[in-house]
Amino acid sequence: QPVAVEVLDHLEQLALVDFRDAEGVERLRKAIQFADQLHEVNTDGVEPMDSVLEDRCLYLREDDVTEGNCANELLKNAREKVEEYFVAPPGNIPLPKLEERETFLQGS
Amino acid sequence: GLCQPVWRFQVSSALKEGHVTPTELCQRCLALIKSTRFLNAYITVAEETALKQAEESEKRYKRGQPLGVLDGIPIAVKDNFNTAGIETTCASNMLKGYISPYNATVVQKLLDQGAVLLGKTNLDEFAMGSGSTDGVFGPVRNPWSYSRQYKEKSVPKSHSEDEESNWVITGGSSGGSAAAVSSFTCFAALGSDTGGSTRNPAAHCGVVGLKPTYGLISRHGLIPLVNSMDVPGILTRCVDDAAVVLGSLAGHDPKDSTTIQDNFKPFELPSLPDVSKLSIGIPKEYHAPGLSSEILALWSKAADLFKNAGAKVIEVSLPHTRYSIVCYHVLCTAEVASNMARFDGLEYGHRSDMNKSTESMYAATRREGFNDVVRGRILSGNYFLLKQNYENYFIKAQKVRRLIANDFLKVFGSGVDILLTPTTLSDAVPYREFIKEDNRTRSAQDDILTQAANMAGLPAINVPTALSERGLPVGLQFIGRSFQEKQLLTVAKWFEKQVKFPMIQLEEVKRHNHGIFQHQKSASFS
Repeated sequence: QPVAVEVLDHLEQLALVDFRDAEGVERLRKAIQFADQLHEVNTDGVEPMDSVLEDRCLYLREDDVTEGNCANELLKNAREKVEEYFVAPPGNIPLPKLEERETFLQGS
Repeated sequence: GLCQPVWRFQVSSALKEGHVTPTELCQRCLALIKSTRFLNAYITVAEETALKQAEESEKRYKRGQPLGVLDGIPIAVKDNFNTAGIETTCASNMLKGYISPYNATVVQKLLDQGAVLLGKTNLDEFAMGSGSTDGVFGPVRNPWSYSRQYKEKSVPKSHSEDEESNWVITGGSSGGSAAAVSSFTCFAALGSDTGGSTRNPAAHCGVVGLKPTYGLISRHGLIPLVNSMDVPGILTRCVDDAAVVLGSLAGHDPKDSTTIQDNFKPFELPSLPDVSKLSIGIPKEYHAPGLSSEILALWSKAADLFKNAGAKVIEVSLPHTRYSIVCYHVLCTAEVASNMARFDGLEYGHRSDMNKSTESMYAATRREGFNDVVRGRILSGNYFLLKQNYENYFIKAQKVRRLIANDFLKVFGSGVDILLTPTTLSDAVPYREFIKEDNRTRSAQDDILTQAANMAGLPAINVPTALSERGLPVGLQFIGRSFQEKQLLTVAKWFEKQVKFPMIQLEEVKRHNHGIFQHQKSASFS
């Protein structure tokens, strides 16, 4: 069962990752088909499991500053920066719609 | 021969007694790394810093104050662990050039014990894969491809066909670490294990691969794949060495809130382990389709070994085993979708030149930085997390996860101490065979015997068992109860002593070992 183009487009926008080609789309279809086997299992009355350590209390520490002050270290790995700021291109601009985007999904 | 006795060389005591110095040891390993470059096991060799560390270690030995058993011991670390001042790439374009500003806790612990960090090992990109073939630096070659044992058994189809096309994979995703240990370039290596990524290559490369209980060892600094399943893995040439490394790594880390707070006591394994009072479970579902008859026979032989030693060996059932890989597929891709969101080019890693908007820059960066496998998993994961799918896939998988974990609880609760299973379905396949199928198909096939232990958070270990008809290593897996590593490793050690797995006969190793390991057939450190 193929996945609707609207969903594929939606996924590309959510993930900010592209399908690239027909193989990429087929990869998703196969992944869904594989995952569908889960529905063979009867899970009535079964609680979802988040973590194998669910029976233990999560460790909390005191709200004390014990380390930090390493802005210089951290900025070293950023490509674009100004003083102590990471520089990003303008925000609040949505990705172009499917028709205007350069994506394999165009014309699907 | 197959049952050659293996002498344990205690390089630690050699260091203590001055038979060899840390710098000599380090230099030998670095030279061996150079002459085994064709294996492509290392992404980065930190020659300068390693030699400095070796020098410091030497000073300590001269003063008679070594830090411990690990002082001066050369180790390697999988390239998905942060190592301060050293590039950490995860074998991806996304992190090429990324110099870690800090050490992962496990790396720091090893360095604090005086271990010498030789370099970072190769893997599948972002640890996604079961072959160590899908990283940007190319595939890792299994050292056994070049062993006398394998060459003797392989019949080239034509005169022109040589080892170039016959080489076999290491398995993955910690293939570089497994190859590094297997080829004697280091004494221990760190891997990671989310679905079998330490045990699988350990089996194919003939080394010990330990997956500790989830929560025992800190994940701080291990670039995450699946937060609820990832664990650092330990690769060594013998079980005793794995116990030593475990001892130096385990314990609560305030920087990783998923590590348990119980006090961990490092242990030494008994020199003459006794298995006669144990109950060994043989899960019938692990007789999976595709299991080679060779491995089936070894598994059966192993069960007999335990029986003859007086242990109770019984067949048990883990009914949801075959759903483990499907469950993993959903949970893994979902967590990956979340974990990979941090790679946007802004703070570290690759950044695209695209500058029109934040979103388009992120999209272009990720388009350029991730390979097909990673992108595929991100997209699948996002699909399963969509509102309309969340209940049917993600929550459903979490419920199945509980059923899988409960299967183990039931069996261990019924008096079984340890489970004995195969680690892989077959011995290592040639690279040209392996790449015929895509990554997801391969992972689904290869992780089938190892994945459930990650689902349930249990400790598990691969012990090299014998050579296959093709002259390649085959291992068996032991799965233990949560936080019962001592019992698990005791059983593993007993088994290791019984099977006497042969040493790899590798030309390069022989050449470099002369003078240092002259009387030894194998080199462990503990």
